[in-house]
Amino acid sequence: MNRFLPDDFEALPADSFDKEQIVRPPTTYLKDVWRNFKKRKTALVSLIILAVIVLMVIFGPMMTKYNYYSNDYGAVNQPPGGEHLFGTDTLGRDMWARVWVGGRVSLIIAILATIIPYAIGMVVGGISGYFGGKVDLVIMRLVDIMLGIPSMIYNILLMIVLGSGNILTLVIAFTITGWLSAARTTRGLVLQLKTREFVMASETLGASPGRIILRHLIPNTLGISVVGMTMTIPNIIFSEAFLSFIGLGVAPPNPSWGQLIKAASETFKNYPYQFTIPCACISITLLCFNLLGDGLRDALDPRLRT
Amino acid sequence: MSEQTILSVRDLAVSFDTYAGEVQAVRGVTWHLNEKETIAIVGESGCGKTVSIQTVMGLLQKPAGRIKRGEIIFGGQNVADFTPKQWRTIQGNEMSMIFQDPLTYLNPTMRVGEQISEAYLEHNPGVTRAQANERVLSIMRLVSLPSPVQNMRRYPNQLSGGMRQRVMVAMALICDPKVLFADEPTTALDVTIQAQIIDLMNGLKEKVNTSIVLITHDLGVVANMAQRIYVMYAGQIVEHGDVDSIFSSPKHPYTWGLLGSVPRLDSKNKSRLYSIPGTPPDLLAPPAGCPFAARCKYAMNICKRQTPGQYHFGKQGQYTCCWLYEPQAKERLHQAQQQRGCAHHD
Amino acid sequence: MTETLLKLTDVRKHFPAGRGASVKAVNGVSLEIRRGETLGLVGESGCGKTTLGRTIVKLYRPDGGRIEYGGQDVWSFDRKQNLDYRKKVQIIYQDPYASLDPLSVVSTSIAEGLNIHKMYRSSKERHERVLELLRLVGLNPEHANRFPHEFSGGQRQRIGIARALALEPELIVCDEPISALDVSIQAQIVNLMMQLQQDMGLSYIFITHDLSMVKQISDRIAVMYLGSIVELAPSDMLYEHHCHPYTQALLSAIPIPDPETERTRKRILLQGDAPNPTALGDSCDFAGRCPCATDKCRSQRPALTEIEPGHWAACHYSQAL
Repeated sequence: MNRFLPDDFEALPADSFDKEQIVRPPTTYLKDVWRNFKKRKTALVSLIILAVIVLMVIFGPMMTKYNYYSNDYGAVNQPPGGEHLFGTDTLGRDMWARVWVGGRVSLIIAILATIIPYAIGMVVGGISGYFGGKVDLVIMRLVDIMLGIPSMIYNILLMIVLGSGNILTLVIAFTITGWLSAARTTRGLVLQLKTREFVMASETLGASPGRIILRHLIPNTLGISVVGMTMTIPNIIFSEAFLSFIGLGVAPPNPSWGQLIKAASETFKNYPYQFTIPCACISITLLCFNLLGDGLRDALDPRLRT
Repeated sequence: MSEQTILSVRDLAVSFDTYAGEVQAVRGVTWHLNEKETIAIVGESGCGKTVSIQTVMGLLQKPAGRIKRGEIIFGGQNVADFTPKQWRTIQGNEMSMIFQDPLTYLNPTMRVGEQISEAYLEHNPGVTRAQANERVLSIMRLVSLPSPVQNMRRYPNQLSGGMRQRVMVAMALICDPKVLFADEPTTALDVTIQAQIIDLMNGLKEKVNTSIVLITHDLGVVANMAQRIYVMYAGQIVEHGDVDSIFSSPKHPYTWGLLGSVPRLDSKNKSRLYSIPGTPPDLLAPPAGCPFAARCKYAMNICKRQTPGQYHFGKQGQYTCCWLYEPQAKERLHQAQQQRGCAHHD
Repeated sequence: MTETLLKLTDVRKHFPAGRGASVKAVNGVSLEIRRGETLGLVGESGCGKTTLGRTIVKLYRPDGGRIEYGGQDVWSFDRKQNLDYRKKVQIIYQDPYASLDPLSVVSTSIAEGLNIHKMYRSSKERHERVLELLRLVGLNPEHANRFPHEFSGGQRQRIGIARALALEPELIVCDEPISALDVSIQAQIVNLMMQLQQDMGLSYIFITHDLSMVKQISDRIAVMYLGSIVELAPSDMLYEHHCHPYTQALLSAIPIPDPETERTRKRILLQGDAPNPTALGDSCDFAGRCPCATDKCRSQRPALTEIEPGHWAACHYSQAL
């Protein structure tokens, strides 16, 4: 029989295999998430649209020779097209510039008023959940009481007290109410996580509570928090628009999307484009953030990790 | 023992498509089950034993998992290409399954009695509620669930771990299935409860006409329950035989390792266990040749080059897939047997 | 006589169970762990063995009794002593899937203790140490920057061992380190642990429900039932001459991988499950399931008494068994 080679039945040397070999290519958490995210086409399209909006908000105003605040009484209420791509408003200001600068203001407020309260909420929630007992009781009752009053009432009161008109006061107002739900969500997640063995392991190694909260607990809740943040941004844009609409938001001549809608609502019947363009911007942004949040939630789902 | 085969699997191969590529979970297994017989499929986690019986029961997760080739003959039909609708007439009726962890497979919001009767009502449309309850009570008595009338109205979380596992067995048996699959039925249980369940299942063999396919990684359980054993490794069957042959004269080095790594109560205190080094291969890229070669003390050059065929022993149908039994490897086999003997008496 | 490393005196840990009731998870345990020995702690789920292990590593504060380390109560330690205790007493967990932070690469997990205790000055030295630990537990140092989910269960458990070893501990509490693993991998881990004990002079508390595996590794074995120790003996003695009916039932329940023996062997089957450890009264805890319980067992709680040197049992009829 020739089907064997002469040395076929000689013993293999002991080290001819790597017994603990891992054949799969290395992956990271972010790579996994991105791979899952890419499969969700609506979320991907939303992300692209949002990226375009962000780029326009940054570079849009530079694409026209008009600025957003100069009046031109020779060219009031011009329809879109030609010289002014989005037309002009009742004071003859270029709508293109105003829409993108307004978007800049709306988005900056939305992003700051989401990230800052979430950061505070995650730390407070982390402390509350990790220490439990009296600390938890006090913090959570405070949260409950504050959540008992509709946040819009706080916002309106705060804007009256702090004085409306600039970005900073709006961010402060949203922060004071915004950390509550973030703290509550994080606390719930931390309560689940702190019984996990890797948290105990770190404790038995002598890690301080601060280290455990910041190194182990909060990073492991971050995925869900990111989804929450994506879903919060549209709420803030909406609330800011509402406050501006009732005259407590960004003060003119500074535009924001809400401010633009408010100004246009007075002349809506005659010049609908002044109203519809900022409305469309808000709606598209809101929709895209919500769809993105959905996609992220699915992509971050730990059950999908294998 | 009746030699009527009721279920046979021929050259079954199942793959999963993942982002990293095709994971060949089952790579051509052939086995059969006779009437009123208990067989065991033994192997480590990830060896494909669970996937292969999930496939046989039509529970393969599609579209990620797919049958690449092979047939599953049950009741004279090849069920491998059944539609989900056709499957539903068999599942829970002619084939049923006991899972590892009763708590995750029982619905916490449904009374125990309702859960047991569910499959019965589904597969016997004409049956009244009263008849179904009658049937539930008799099956609860069969599995020795204490005070069946009261326990029927309880919820799963009101029962102890051992009782929940009995509920699972009752659910599986309610339609008098021809084949019962038990996927690690005792692994999640305490030793004393495990002993109760083994006892129950052994007792059932005499009371019902069901053949059992037992899946486990614990050879201790198998010695007590099965008549024949298939040893699976890396998606393939590496050894088969009746329970006595496997325990008294195992042939494959993997079986040697499995048997050696179970501590014996009669062994010396603080002695080293025989252990298989390393980790089973990743079936994303199964190695060429014998899949066990990397962890085998007695590996030869050929083991890396060619996949071994079956070598048969005795009249009981014992066979193994290992190059040591090729006549040219006689010396190596002799060496191996000597070493193994030493290891055992050490 | 070997030196006593850790001494437990009448340790109790109760958890509130609502409506004023409490679960007596650990109900008066006294033990000594000697330097270099392995003490097996055996019992079924819910017997309090895991709670006891976690109380020893100061994850839980006991509700009664003392735990002494180096002759001093571990709860009277100051900050520095406490950090030292955290270094000297480590724990390995049951579930290799939950015991590693999914977001950290394994080198970060292993190096965590080194960072906390500032054990190496330069990060290069620290990394060297991590690689050395990986080699020590038989893993490929090239995989130091992989994430836990890329490893198999046995490999992950070895990463857990490496993390515990990083701080050069004296005592490791092993909380069911093998029960989530396949049989062949269990043997691997047990052999590795025995090797490490020999090389580094470690002491182990080996918590498990598997009486056959614990025999392999232990010098002495304590059997727990409902929060108390019912029998404590050198392991050979326990298997040859057990003095508590519960130990007897546990041993008899272990399936033996030999069809010949299995066919002829008579096993003692315990009826029912262990009762809920909320209402423990004056009776023997095991009386409800014991095949030979008498009225005395139902009215009087047996104390843990020494039957022969080193062999303790809590049963009124231990001499008769």
